[in-house]
Amino acid sequence: MAFLSILVSALLLLLPSRGSSAVAAAAAFASGSAAIGEGGAGEEDFSEALLLKPLPDRKVLAHFHFETGAPETPSYGRHHRLFPKSIAQLVKKFHIQEMELSFTQGRWNYESWGGFEPIASSNAKPPGVELWAVFDVPPDDVDASWKNLTHSLSGLFCASINFLESSTAYAAPEWSFRPGPGSLRYGTLPREAVCTENLTPWLKLLPCRDKAGISSLMDRPSIYRGFYHSQRLRLRSVKTSSDGTHSSIILEQTLTVVLHPNIQKTSTVNYGENKLQPSWSMSSLFGRKIGGTCLLAKSSNVYLQLDWDLVRELKHLQNGNQELGVESIMEESFLSNPAFVLSDEPDKVINEVNSRSEGSSAILYEFSVRKHSDLGPFDLGFTWKTPIVWSCPQLPLRVSRFLMGSGNERGAIAISLRSTRVREGLTNAQAMGESCKLDVNVFQVVPWYIKVYFHTMKVFVDGKPIAVSDIIEKIHVSPSEDKVSPGVLEMILKLPCSVDSAGFTLEFDKGFLHIDEYPPDANQGFDIPPAVITFPNFHVKMHFGEDNSSKQSAVLSRFEDNIPVRSYTEVLLVPLTTPDFSMPYNVITITCTVFALYFGSLLNVLRRRVNEEERFLKSKDKRSSPLSRLRSKLSTKLGGKPVVTSQSSARSSSFISLKLILKIILVAGIAIAWQYFSE
Amino acid sequence: MEERQTTSSTATKPKTGTTKQKRARSGFWRWLVASVAFRLALVYLPRNLRLSTRPEVATPLTSIRRLAEGYWLKQSAMSPYAGSMYHGSPLLLLILGPLAVKRIEGQPEHLLCSLLLVIADIFNAMLIRAIGQSLQKAYAQHLEALDLFNLSEESRMLPSGDIAALVYLWNPFTIVACVGLSTSPIENLAILLALFGACKGLVPLAAFGWVLATHMSLYPAILIIPIILFLGYGPDAPPRKLLPQRSYRTCGSSPSSDQYCKTEDVTDLLELRILFSWRRVSQFLLWTFIWGIYFLFLCDISVKQYGGLSEMFKRTYGFILTVKDLSPNIGVLWYFFAEVFDFFRDFFLIVFHVNILFMMLPLAIRLKHRPGFLAFVYLAISSMFKSYPSIGDSALYLGVLALFVNELAGK
Repeated sequence: MAFLSILVSALLLLLPSRGSSAVAAAAAFASGSAAIGEGGAGEEDFSEALLLKPLPDRKVLAHFHFETGAPETPSYGRHHRLFPKSIAQLVKKFHIQEMELSFTQGRWNYESWGGFEPIASSNAKPPGVELWAVFDVPPDDVDASWKNLTHSLSGLFCASINFLESSTAYAAPEWSFRPGPGSLRYGTLPREAVCTENLTPWLKLLPCRDKAGISSLMDRPSIYRGFYHSQRLRLRSVKTSSDGTHSSIILEQTLTVVLHPNIQKTSTVNYGENKLQPSWSMSSLFGRKIGGTCLLAKSSNVYLQLDWDLVRELKHLQNGNQELGVESIMEESFLSNPAFVLSDEPDKVINEVNSRSEGSSAILYEFSVRKHSDLGPFDLGFTWKTPIVWSCPQLPLRVSRFLMGSGNERGAIAISLRSTRVREGLTNAQAMGESCKLDVNVFQVVPWYIKVYFHTMKVFVDGKPIAVSDIIEKIHVSPSEDKVSPGVLEMILKLPCSVDSAGFTLEFDKGFLHIDEYPPDANQGFDIPPAVITFPNFHVKMHFGEDNSSKQSAVLSRFEDNIPVRSYTEVLLVPLTTPDFSMPYNVITITCTVFALYFGSLLNVLRRRVNEEERFLKSKDKRSSPLSRLRSKLSTKLGGKPVVTSQSSARSSSFISLKLILKIILVAGIAIAWQYFSE
Repeated sequence: MEERQTTSSTATKPKTGTTKQKRARSGFWRWLVASVAFRLALVYLPRNLRLSTRPEVATPLTSIRRLAEGYWLKQSAMSPYAGSMYHGSPLLLLILGPLAVKRIEGQPEHLLCSLLLVIADIFNAMLIRAIGQSLQKAYAQHLEALDLFNLSEESRMLPSGDIAALVYLWNPFTIVACVGLSTSPIENLAILLALFGACKGLVPLAAFGWVLATHMSLYPAILIIPIILFLGYGPDAPPRKLLPQRSYRTCGSSPSSDQYCKTEDVTDLLELRILFSWRRVSQFLLWTFIWGIYFLFLCDISVKQYGGLSEMFKRTYGFILTVKDLSPNIGVLWYFFAEVFDFFRDFFLIVFHVNILFMMLPLAIRLKHRPGFLAFVYLAISSMFKSYPSIGDSALYLGVLALFVNELAGK
């Protein structure tokens, strides 16, 4: 029965049906029959969600979240109902315990889009491709597994992830990137271009692809028009049986985009000095509406999140209105308020239960797609009525990284941490007294052609240089080896909480590569992967009250995960000296000419003796043997020609041939010896 | 060819006063002090010249920054050879490492290292001077033995030792290498110790210098031939065939032939004296063996926990021979290997290194009676064709060249 249902759903999904309702109906049939067939626990499930959030800088964040779970299923064998088979095979073959792959375009703006929140911590990724994986294999086999994995993923996602195979491209951080045991490998490709060719295979992993449900919003032009685009795939496999043969896998796919709402719809009326935020709807953001639900999904929700700072501003506004005497209902959920209007009534309002010091907390409005799309295509609209200025939750320290120095020989990397002062209340509350310390965990991978001198590390706190040992609690360095491995720097900085700014610099020499090692367009420069800064003291975690709303939705349960705040620095572009690519032959011939000149002139000096040469020439006639003299006399008499020259040349040629043979034997001997020793 | 010119033209040398020489002696010390003062002035210069980062001065083998990095790695309980930073001797790291890192408040960076290198430079100059003096003495002795003493008074010869020492000290290359904190003055010190020991017949010292120099930079290994010739033939033997020639000529040209033909016997005796002394050579080889074992033992102790001797040889000699670092220097190998096709890399590595070795034997045959000059030629060739040449190497062979100032002057 299960086979039948898979067959039917697969067939129907392949049909080129424009209207999603047909697919939905078919899928409903398939899922229904599957449910009858399987029943009980241990079912594969799929849930989808879209989280929308207005950002302070007039943009909108859209966060798609799809989660597929494949519990331990001995009955299925190698087959799956919802879970993508290719991923399951990947996990089984390479014994992946955990893996994360992200394709990102654009840079996450930590200042205006927030840093201290779950989405920023787990979905703000460095540009290009980032891949890390934890393997459940013996330590010796980890590298082989990694190499195979990169090749498989490269084929699966149409990206050059296979460049991460080279040992110069990946690192094995011990504790700074991710705490906990396991054989972790980490690699980034900052230069990788991300486009629809990477999105399409990613969508293929979804049971409904982009034909139905929330994923049908993904209109390629509007997604890639955004300011930030990050497509992520995360795998977690949990061993359930003791012998390790069966494991349940959770596949989490997220797409985070920051979009700018279409301007023409917003009213141009200015309220004072503040401009009104642009109003938006799903159709104006994506150019599409949610037509129907993906019936294979267990839950399919759209959320609208209001930041706690925005909530606080709204409360202020409401209180102000009340003081002015305007009739308004004081409501926690702001369903009717003077600031904005929602086009649809939310099914549920979820308040974050948080202990933030300001006393306000974030609000989430939940819209069930299934309920709303009954009447027609679902299109959530958000219209501002009053201009409001708010800010996003900031990181404890704002991190930036830059290059110092000039020229093509050397330089220095500097990482600067500046306090945002926003978290001050929190940090003070967290640890009273002067012993308060702020931990900063730095993980930096440096390619081998950036030869870092770790002994030149200088640390500055509040502009004053201080001893390295005073501030670095723990440091682990694995220096780069030419053409073999990148340099890895892991360290924990312990900064006083009152710190205003801190920074450290590392000097480096730029390496010189072989002509074949330069990538195409070498003059553009080389990228240094971003440093990963983690704040282990701070965790992003949202609590959603006692009602079990978060249990139903995967995205909310992800928000409740206790993960440390993490941020990435900028990618640095280092110009390296490039050789003359066009003329290796000239270089080879010039160098060889120099060597030949040296050799020839030295040989000449050694062989020639000014006085003795004349003597030699004089004695030459005397020295020639009586036989040859006789012969020459004879020949001159017979032929009347001087044969002496020809005779001497013949002699010399025979001599040369003997020399030549000796030389050949010598060279052959050297070659054999080389062969022997090189083996 | 200089020796031929010298021997043939000593008769026409003009006479000069001896007081002049005395003045030159005192002048030498003055110039030596001045050169040290000049170096110290450069070290204390308020504006950092940043000479230690110049590619001409600091090759991957001689750079003090790499040495400091190796020391840092060692202090952090890692192998100093981890990564591709340090490629020098572990013993040098023990001596120079603490000095390179130590910083005295209010004093320029790497002050102790600079002082050590200045001292090494002074030692080098003194060794060159001693070598020059002993060479000159041996030369004079030979002329005396050839009965040309009246023509070869010391006063007529330039004090080649003093001149060479001053040329070494005031060579801008030497000064830059010293102030630029390259370790080449120390490598030069080992080479000069070996040559000095060989010149004076101090077999253990010669063996020590040779083993140390080879340990530090591999290329001085070829100096074993001049050292053996030094020890075997003495500092400066005239070409053997010139002796009978010369005596024959004097014998034949003189009017009273019966009196002068006795000298022929004397020169025969002399010829016997300059026969190759195998005893000292075997002593040298024995001492080389002892010092070699000793150095290997010391290195083994210091690198035992970091992969042992094989790792050390791979990271030092292997790095030198395979030319892995393609950063620019004053040689040609980096330029060549940055562009050559990978397929031919091994072939050209062999060709370029064989170029140094190839001329060794012919030169040794040709110049076996002048081991000092042979050593100079070897030094010049190896410092031109070594994989990471620096101006410190050039400074050495230019200094040694000045030892032959009399011959170069055409006297």
